[in-house]
Amino acid sequence: MRTMSLALRHELVGLSGVIERNIYLVRRYIWWDVAFFLWTVANTLTIVFIAKGIPAVGGQIDVEKVTTILLVGAVIWAYLGIIFEILTETVAWERWEGTIEYTFMAPLSRPVHLFGMGLFAIVYGVVRAILLFGVVAAFFSLHLPDANYVAALGVLVVASISFIGIGMMTAVLPLISPEKGTQLGFVAQGLLLVVSGVYYPVSVLPTWMQWIAKISPATYALRGCRRAIINGAGITELWREIWALLIIGVVSIPLGLYTFRSGERYAKKHGKLKRSG
Amino acid sequence: MKALEVHNLRKEFTRRDSRGKRRVAALGSVTFDIERGECVAILGPNGSGKSTLVRLLSTLLLPDGGSAAVFGHDAFKDTRAVRRLVNRVSVEASFFKKMSAAENLSYAARFYGMRPSATKDAIPEILGRVGFPKDRRGEPMENLSRGMQQKVALARALLTSPVLLLLDEPTTGLDPRSKQEVQEFVREVRAEHDATVLLCTHDLAEAETLADRVGILDGGDLLCLEPVDQLKARYRSSTLEEAFFAASGHAFENGDREDD
Repeated sequence: MRTMSLALRHELVGLSGVIERNIYLVRRYIWWDVAFFLWTVANTLTIVFIAKGIPAVGGQIDVEKVTTILLVGAVIWAYLGIIFEILTETVAWERWEGTIEYTFMAPLSRPVHLFGMGLFAIVYGVVRAILLFGVVAAFFSLHLPDANYVAALGVLVVASISFIGIGMMTAVLPLISPEKGTQLGFVAQGLLLVVSGVYYPVSVLPTWMQWIAKISPATYALRGCRRAIINGAGITELWREIWALLIIGVVSIPLGLYTFRSGERYAKKHGKLKRSG
Repeated sequence: MKALEVHNLRKEFTRRDSRGKRRVAALGSVTFDIERGECVAILGPNGSGKSTLVRLLSTLLLPDGGSAAVFGHDAFKDTRAVRRLVNRVSVEASFFKKMSAAENLSYAARFYGMRPSATKDAIPEILGRVGFPKDRRGEPMENLSRGMQQKVALARALLTSPVLLLLDEPTTGLDPRSKQEVQEFVREVRAEHDATVLLCTHDLAEAETLADRVGILDGGDLLCLEPVDQLKARYRSSTLEEAFFAASGHAFENGDREDD
């Protein structure tokens, strides 16, 4: 019992070390993060302006509603980007700096190491998503009296379990290819969102894509967040989305861990952990 | 119980070149052991397999054959136990460059289960012991000289109190003064912490000064491993360089055959 409690304490301290490291990195690169956030705001604005543009070319839509639909899509795109970036780029960064060998030779279990990065990514991503939503909503003077922000946040956090699982799978790519692995992470992000109805309803997709959408966590995250913000749906009304996200999460986390472990084994077999910078 | 037992350890890598894809042995069939508290130097030119040996023992590579045990723990199966006992200093200091020495040491110590209450005093103390200036602890690593960075690397390894310290060319590229300071510190660690040291180096003088026994690794094969005097006597040489020539059949720096 005592041995187990000591081991658990050791792992928790290790987990705090992963978070501590990422906090230091954010602090040391804070102005780069601010610049990247400004780019994300600009990117989101270009998408959300589409809602304003449609009536200008003669289309008839509910501008406020479409603006919100696009905004939720853009915020989730950015959130997913941050999750994948932190998980994948940290591994690439560690290979670049050469610290990955020291991380991998430490007595810290791989799940705890990856969960630590995931936990930090969720907290950092959520703060950034809230800021992004707030800034762009204020820019367009969006009036959302029915929005249930707590429920939307709840959906996002539950969706994060699946996102972390998929992020673990993409995080293995820089172990195999430090040069191109990170870019492949962006490919995964794009593929996930294109089938999930990021700026349009899933129903407009070809049938085969709609089938893929059913197993994409982003589909339920987008639908749940939109229902919470536009219709004011509460957690109980979003149970279908949350349930689907939990099931996908339960599958994706072990799959992500298995994929990362397989990649780590491959890297150790072929001597790929050496510094690449 | 031996600190380290290596038996027929073998590692190959796949190479692609004009001749196509082929398997190249980085480490042949290496066998040796180290007693607790002993310092063993493995001497070899670039590409002799020194770093491969250290990476295998650090659980960073999987072998193609053979075995290694650290204080009785299988280095490739019981990795968690081995990782608690081992730490390493390599030729490249390897830190997050924008982070300070204290920050790099702090998060790394957590990976070994050291809580903030323990590192609060331990980090300044260990940095002080390696001669790292107090007023530079908060400076980004990129502002520090190579010698300073290597001192922080030593501090990182010793912070976790390893019982087996793997040193992979720890003084390569350092100025004479820094080199001497690092060597002095290795002696101190052995004397005060009962640490076992495996030193892989191509610095003949360093091997002779620090080690109880010296091994010659060439082309991935361990040609011999014995106390310096016996080694010299066996090859009827007055220096380690001559002994290396006699053992390997070529000059010390001509062995660049394969990437470590």
